[in-house]
Amino acid sequence: MWSDLFLLPFLTGLCLALVLPVLGCFLRLRDEWLAALAYAHVAAAGALLALVGGAAPTLGGMAAAALAGAGKPLFARRLAGGAAFALLLMSGWAVAVLLAANQPLAERLGHSLFDGQLYFSGAAQLTLVAPWTLFAGAVLLFLSRHLLLARVYPDYFRARQLRAWPVVLGFDLVAALTLALATMTMGVMGGFALIFVPAWIAFRRAGSWRGGLIMAALIGLGGYIAAFLLALGLDQPFGPVLALLLIIVGLLIA
Amino acid sequence: MLIRATALVAGWQRPATAPLDFTLESGRILGLTGANGVGKTTVLSVLAGRARVFSGTLERRPGLRLALQNQDVPPVDGVPLCGRELMALTGATSDGLPPWLAGRLDDRLDRLSGGQRHYLALWAVMRAPADLILLDEPTNNLDAAGVDHLIAALRELAASGTGIVVVSHDHEFVEAVCDKVIVLRESAHVV
Repeated sequence: MWSDLFLLPFLTGLCLALVLPVLGCFLRLRDEWLAALAYAHVAAAGALLALVGGAAPTLGGMAAAALAGAGKPLFARRLAGGAAFALLLMSGWAVAVLLAANQPLAERLGHSLFDGQLYFSGAAQLTLVAPWTLFAGAVLLFLSRHLLLARVYPDYFRARQLRAWPVVLGFDLVAALTLALATMTMGVMGGFALIFVPAWIAFRRAGSWRGGLIMAALIGLGGYIAAFLLALGLDQPFGPVLALLLIIVGLLIA
Repeated sequence: MLIRATALVAGWQRPATAPLDFTLESGRILGLTGANGVGKTTVLSVLAGRARVFSGTLERRPGLRLALQNQDVPPVDGVPLCGRELMALTGATSDGLPPWLAGRLDDRLDRLSGGQRHYLALWAVMRAPADLILLDEPTNNLDAAGVDHLIAALRELAASGTGIVVVSHDHEFVEAVCDKVIVLRESAHVV
């Protein structure tokens, strides 16, 4: 377990297991949890496109997700009711599956992204993920008051002439890029499970916002460690084990 | 002078109010009342910079800090946000809260009654650092004890130098709390 072969993927996933549940709380606050699934699928498609085009898949995934995040306000204005996220999700999924089906080069990575094989992560991935999750956590803490205020008192926010677009754009980019890295590291559904389930439980059970963030992070962390050990011990793909474990924990607690 | 309206006609897509004149000084409370549809909320919205000025002028003191409470209840159902955190969001102080709310600051907002939630949401705006407070139907959902407490709190705020504009259909409340009342009508307003 403590050899580099497993330690590096474990540490990479650990960083994400701390930040994804917190990000999930903010996405849920904004009624945008479907965005997580959309960004993850777009990132998967971007990674496969980059691979086929001879570029680094991680960069391709991050670029595609960043584009989706930055363009989201434009889509959302024209397509209300979460339609923008559903269309992004389906587009990402369709492109990714078609590439994996028709490009031998993309097939293996495609399976890895959708199966959620955390164990392929190495030092390069950890070098990227660790500082990014620190940065994303700091940005979320910085934006927290504005995001809450914009949700609870949108008119107060405007009356104080606080500018909403830097807050929204900053949050969308952090969400998209974090989801892209999570998708590259633990697959589409592994990342989504850490976004959705801990925040869902925290919103039902926590007594305060601060308590909710701590509860979500602890559930994510505990679920991640248990899933890592379980998947390793049973020789199963990590993503589905994590998703099932979190679903069981979620149903028991919520 | 905090804010001055001269022959102000406000609206959203088209003019929705008759021309309105008033000046509000620090420490004064202005009431806007009138029948449904005469544009009370539209006037409040134009003061907050949301609705459009179609004619006339609206002057604000430079650097004026506004706080606006509208009729919508903050959408906090299902969100784990407690009263103390709500106060921190707007920078409001909880000093002076009525006893029936002071002890519930650590409860989630979606576990409070409608009246408690309304008053706490109102308090978080009312007691935020501001030079001018705009309140839209603040007595909605409040019982008699809540209205009495609100009147005392608003008078105290005004005494500390804050200007307040209150829109309300509750004539008794408006008469009890305001220094000046304008009855909005579709053609001309009555002071």
